Amino acid sequence: MDLHNIILISFGYFEEDFIQSIAETVIHEFNLPVNVREGHLDLSEFYDAGRRQYNGTKLLTEVDSLYALDGNKTLGLFSVDLFIPILTYIFGQAFLNGRSGIASFYRLSNERYGINTDNKLIHDRFQKEVVHELGHTFGLVHCYNSTCVMRASTYVEDIDQKTVNLCPRCRKEISSILI
Amino acid sequence: MAKKISILIVDDEDSVRDSLYNWFMEDGYRVECAENAKKALIILESDTFDIILADIKMPGMDGLEMLRRIKLLKSDSIVIMMTAFATVDTAVQALKDGAFDYVTKPFDPDDLSHLIRNASKQIALVEENKTLKQKVVSLENVDDLIGKSEAMIKVLKDIESVAQSNSSVVITGESGTGKELVARAIHSNSPRKFFPLVSVHCGALTEGLLESELFGHEKGAFTGAMYNRKGRFEMADNGTIFLDEIATISTKMQIDLLRVLESKCFVRVGGNKEISSDFRVICATNKDLKSMVEKGTFREDLYYRLNVVNIYVPPLRERIEDIPLLVDYFIRKYCASMNKQAVTIDPVALKRIEEFSFPGNVRELENMIERAIVVGNGKKISLKDLPIDKTVISNSIESLEELEKIHIIQILNKYNWNISRTAKALKVDRVTLYNKISKYGFKPVD
Repeated sequence: MDLHNIILISFGYFEEDFIQSIAETVIHEFNLPVNVREGHLDLSEFYDAGRRQYNGTKLLTEVDSLYALDGNKTLGLFSVDLFIPILTYIFGQAFLNGRSGIASFYRLSNERYGINTDNKLIHDRFQKEVVHELGHTFGLVHCYNSTCVMRASTYVEDIDQKTVNLCPRCRKEISSILI
Repeated sequence: MAKKISILIVDDEDSVRDSLYNWFMEDGYRVECAENAKKALIILESDTFDIILADIKMPGMDGLEMLRRIKLLKSDSIVIMMTAFATVDTAVQALKDGAFDYVTKPFDPDDLSHLIRNASKQIALVEENKTLKQKVVSLENVDDLIGKSEAMIKVLKDIESVAQSNSSVVITGESGTGKELVARAIHSNSPRKFFPLVSVHCGALTEGLLESELFGHEKGAFTGAMYNRKGRFEMADNGTIFLDEIATISTKMQIDLLRVLESKCFVRVGGNKEISSDFRVICATNKDLKSMVEKGTFREDLYYRLNVVNIYVPPLRERIEDIPLLVDYFIRKYCASMNKQAVTIDPVALKRIEEFSFPGNVRELENMIERAIVVGNGKKISLKDLPIDKTVISNSIESLEELEKIHIIQILNKYNWNISRTAKALKVDRVTLYNKISKYGFKPVD
């Protein structure tokens, strides 16, 4: 696979340091240059008033059509509550072996669960979520290794259990794709 | 590496199908979609899926009707029903119709993961069960039916051809030939093998006791009936009932038996509640049932009801070539059960066994070998360990020379090759005895 870059596009406000540290983690995991950009979407088009959430499937499709480029992996970063029709919420979504994915930190915040705010924790969780969704764009499926970033996470506690790193097996798979 | 789980998603909404498709693809599953029940059923005609996730409300055939049809195609299918409009009634109906689970859309991601995990565990359990059952089948085959003779090969072929059907079988043969073993082999190779094989020795019971044994009885049905008792027909539900010595049953019992065989319904002795039982019948007899029918001692209608297939088990004298195999089998069996070192058998003793008529057939041979191991010296079974009466000579021996040979070796063994004592017993001189030993090539046993 002839890949040039990974592009992280922020939709909404993110502190620069926050984005930069995420970019560094992504560089480390995928060994590819990372570009950071700002994106602009009218999110109201994707809002479901009945559910009071934003349609993740439609957002992903939009990011893919407007921002994704062949030869790159693009990830949209959001701060809103995402859903897909069948599930009550998602942390993120990606096209498996596709060009793009999305991730949101909305559900990663402790406040949503009535626990004291922990900014470092939100940061760690979001990094893992970004690497996870990017992993899907490289064709990685969920991993059974309990510490691998590709392990499936349905609760924030699951995210806390795993590391931000790919396990040796998943790393090997990525390396073979990037040759 | 574990087999990839396969999921079929059946939902009329594109967004639901796409969401679930992407979700499950990320888990590494094999996923396919169908936009309605009809298309799903077409897919299922040529492909199998571990899990089917189906919406209930769909245009045309709804999910519940599809569930029923899927269960008819493959009863152990795992079908999870989903709906946005949950009601207790539809949930109950779905589960009654065989749904694995019932979920309301939208579901919590963790709930979806648990659901698929539970379904995967169920699939793994069913596979493991199938594997274990196959192992059980390989242990309970026809290993106890020893023989390579043409007659025994025919018996084994008959068992193979009849086992898979539900047909009634009558096994005929002399006493001690292994008719019950044949019945067990039929049952353990049949689809009923995981249900009971219930045996009843009709010849050992009086009419009243046999009736109670077969039909069961209610408390108080007769003096001493303190509790309700399940009968053998009831115990054999989904399995097989083996009626040994069927020719001994009374005329009244023949009528009752015919009624049960035809209706598969009966009432316990002293009861009035009709009980049904789905069983297969295997009978055994050492009598000629056809002759009994002609003489009027066995009902013709019952005879034809039972004798759909007949398996004849030959007497031991019709399969002499199987005797060494049987002897070897019983030696190993009894040495193992008595915790003894394996013994061998003297060729002369084996020859003697082969010439014996065995009116009691295999049962008598087994008894003989068991006794020989008990009384023997622990290393080799010799002629002196066998309770074969020296005056009982096989009908196959006609020449005087053969008779002389057998008699001399018996006496030699009796006196442990003491030449003086043997000669004295035979009423010949030592020189004559030595000449006979040389002529017949006798050698002392180790």
